[in-house]
Amino acid sequence: MTSVTTELKWVGKSPIRPDGADKVTGRAKFGADLMLPGMLVGKVLRSPHAHAAIKSIDTTKAEALPGVKAVMTAADIEPMSSEWVPAGELQLNYRDLSNNIMASGKVLYDGHAVAAVAATSAAIADAALQLIVVDYEVLPHVIDVEEAMEPDAPILHDDMFTQGVTPTPDKPSNVFKEVDIAVGDVDAGFAKADLIIERSFKTAPVHQGYLEPHAAVASFAEDGQAELWCCTQGHFSVRAYCAKLLGMDISDLRVTASEIGGGFGGKTTVYLEPVALLLSRKSGRPVRAVMTREDVFRASGPTSGAATWVKVGVTKDGKIVAGQAVLKYQAGAFAGSPIQPGCMCAFAPYDIENVKVKGYDVVTNRPKVAAYRAPGAPISEHAVESVLDEISKKLGIDPLELRERNAAKEGTNAAYGPKFGVIGFADTLAAAKAHPHYSAPLGPNQGRGVASGFWFNIGGESCATLNVAEDGTLVLATGSPDIGGSRASMAIMAAETIGMDVADVRTIVADTASIGYTFLTGGSRVTFATGMAVIEASKQVTETLRERAAKIWDISVDAVVWEDGHAKPAGANAGEFEPLSLGEIAAQAGKTGGPISANVALNAEGAGPGFGTHICDVEVDRETGAVKVLRYTAVQDCGKAIHKAYVEGQIQGGAAQGIGWALNEEYIYNKEGRLDNAGFLDYRIPVASDLPMIDTVIVEVANPNHPYGVRGVGEVPIIPPMAAVANAIDSAIGIRMTELPMSPPKVLAALDNGS
Amino acid sequence: MARIILTSGLGNQFAGGQTEFEIEAANVRRLVAALEKRFPGIGPELEREMAVAIDGQIYQDPFLEPISPNSEVFFLPRIGGG
Repeated sequence: MTSVTTELKWVGKSPIRPDGADKVTGRAKFGADLMLPGMLVGKVLRSPHAHAAIKSIDTTKAEALPGVKAVMTAADIEPMSSEWVPAGELQLNYRDLSNNIMASGKVLYDGHAVAAVAATSAAIADAALQLIVVDYEVLPHVIDVEEAMEPDAPILHDDMFTQGVTPTPDKPSNVFKEVDIAVGDVDAGFAKADLIIERSFKTAPVHQGYLEPHAAVASFAEDGQAELWCCTQGHFSVRAYCAKLLGMDISDLRVTASEIGGGFGGKTTVYLEPVALLLSRKSGRPVRAVMTREDVFRASGPTSGAATWVKVGVTKDGKIVAGQAVLKYQAGAFAGSPIQPGCMCAFAPYDIENVKVKGYDVVTNRPKVAAYRAPGAPISEHAVESVLDEISKKLGIDPLELRERNAAKEGTNAAYGPKFGVIGFADTLAAAKAHPHYSAPLGPNQGRGVASGFWFNIGGESCATLNVAEDGTLVLATGSPDIGGSRASMAIMAAETIGMDVADVRTIVADTASIGYTFLTGGSRVTFATGMAVIEASKQVTETLRERAAKIWDISVDAVVWEDGHAKPAGANAGEFEPLSLGEIAAQAGKTGGPISANVALNAEGAGPGFGTHICDVEVDRETGAVKVLRYTAVQDCGKAIHKAYVEGQIQGGAAQGIGWALNEEYIYNKEGRLDNAGFLDYRIPVASDLPMIDTVIVEVANPNHPYGVRGVGEVPIIPPMAAVANAIDSAIGIRMTELPMSPPKVLAALDNGS
Repeated sequence: MARIILTSGLGNQFAGGQTEFEIEAANVRRLVAALEKRFPGIGPELEREMAVAIDGQIYQDPFLEPISPNSEVFFLPRIGGG
């Protein structure tokens, strides 16, 4: 497959986004916006304890309250076996998923769901929750990842015996598994080093910070069929999970993905959806359940907090000869942190012969972690990028130059094994070096830091259906919820391929009954994978249009070409015919063979990995420890930016999240293990006034496996900021901050200690 | 014969610590079968958890992808995303 090199009319431009008017007027229908006749309010009772055995749950008084139509506990869910099953490209343990949705036997974090009610009003539902009596036996809890690994730590799961260790331990622990990545011989590599630096770091768990809380509306019919409306990144995944948990045939459940107010990976699992369905099944009425902001913080998955250690050896010329890391990631209450990709990504941007990474997946009494933009990678790459900065300063080598001397290129064996194909890492470094930001002067207490990042990007299963309306406009249906502008980029790719105005392509997100299975929106896959389905469907429609034109003109289809959105005779010998527009052909669809449409289902392989390099300037207030980001430039290889403004927005958004992770965001637990800052007032994400405009530079090294050269974009930009900011602070005040967030109290303490 | 590389974890768990092999197999399915024959139990683990990179090209749902005699084949964990 080769990339298009002819001039493009729509690809790379920024047409008006198709969802804009609805979103700015409030017309857009989000997860909580669907109203159904007879709908009940669903509410969840949550544990106030970080770790406790459930001795009993008495729901009788709640059930008797007038207005309450259903009450449920874990007893209403069929017990699931503890086995890991493929769930798309992830591994899922349905027993853990079930227990996370509704605690069984034990509660494992403050906020863990223990019961739920459906009532005729919110007030009655709240009153009913108060009437549910739960007898807890409070148990010791553990939250810090290293404390959870101690031999005397409270054990969350008596049947957790560490995997990846030979022989398997005979005592349970909180370490679900150990992971090892190794190439070459690090000992031999370090022996060759002229300089070795090792450093330990801690990063805090952070939430994805989506503004829209989880919300679901479920309607269960008496014949066993059900409909579900919810905000999700993957409605086919939701369908599969809910069908399994409720013991339904998959095709009996129809899931519609609402408009979504942010996901970032956090909406790739289920919380309320099975609960709403069960309450609806029990009550015989539709049920709507919406999380409060407090619920979102207490009970939905953030990413891992972590303890990391990195050791890098270099020659005096700055050539990295060995890299080693130990990564300990919190999984939350159930196994499954992103430790594996964290280990694989740590050293991935670099050409290093000798690499050894050890990872630990550790359960703790916190919400089960969920995916967050490049899961695992920001944590490990922060540690490596910080150590590289120290190395560059010690050797007196420009930090971008150091990275250039070690950059992975086409043909380099990645630190996790396979050879890279065509990649653009070096191009991002060169672009960053050449950017005016990099040479702009700095003032007192100001410093500049750079950092790079890598993410795999994925492809996967996608479907697209392209229907030509009778007037020649198009309706393009895909199965990919739009969390970052994909409706616009799908329309662009269809319009470009067919040769028509992008304004004549209307893209919708079809529900699970209306289009074929499509893997969730995540992994930076949609523009790549669903885009390929759209392009293929567009080509098929074009072929059909040629055939129809041939019938209209009564000539061979070989004598018809398609150019600029019109059928034309291939040459003078084909006959004297005026070009036929799409609309003209569509108007005669009925008599030339019927409706014109194409349906494509594929499993897209060949996703191109992404790299980014960021430059950050900060100013540190030595009186308060506050760090102000003065200027930020994010360079990223996007392969081909289909909708330029959306791509810029993805880069800016990821960078903003990474900066928040670096400077301010953390969960604060009290000594009982309860979350003290379960709201945006005290869980401090960056707002518009906190940050300067984030400048973006889009580098385009085409992915040869996509017709337009697309690489995934959405995840890479969150990776560099933590180290870029830390490196900038070090440049400003000469202090290497190793514990994130680098909030004012921590920076001030470091300044006061002179550390 | 193709050069096959397992993860350290799989090598430790099933192959006595060995991670590199030379195996003749026309496609991924036959490679997995050959590995299962050599190291019983590894097959289901590979099918459930692993993606495959053949000469640098990563396949998340590998099955019938061809493997040439000179191929370099890495088994690596499937990647999700956020």
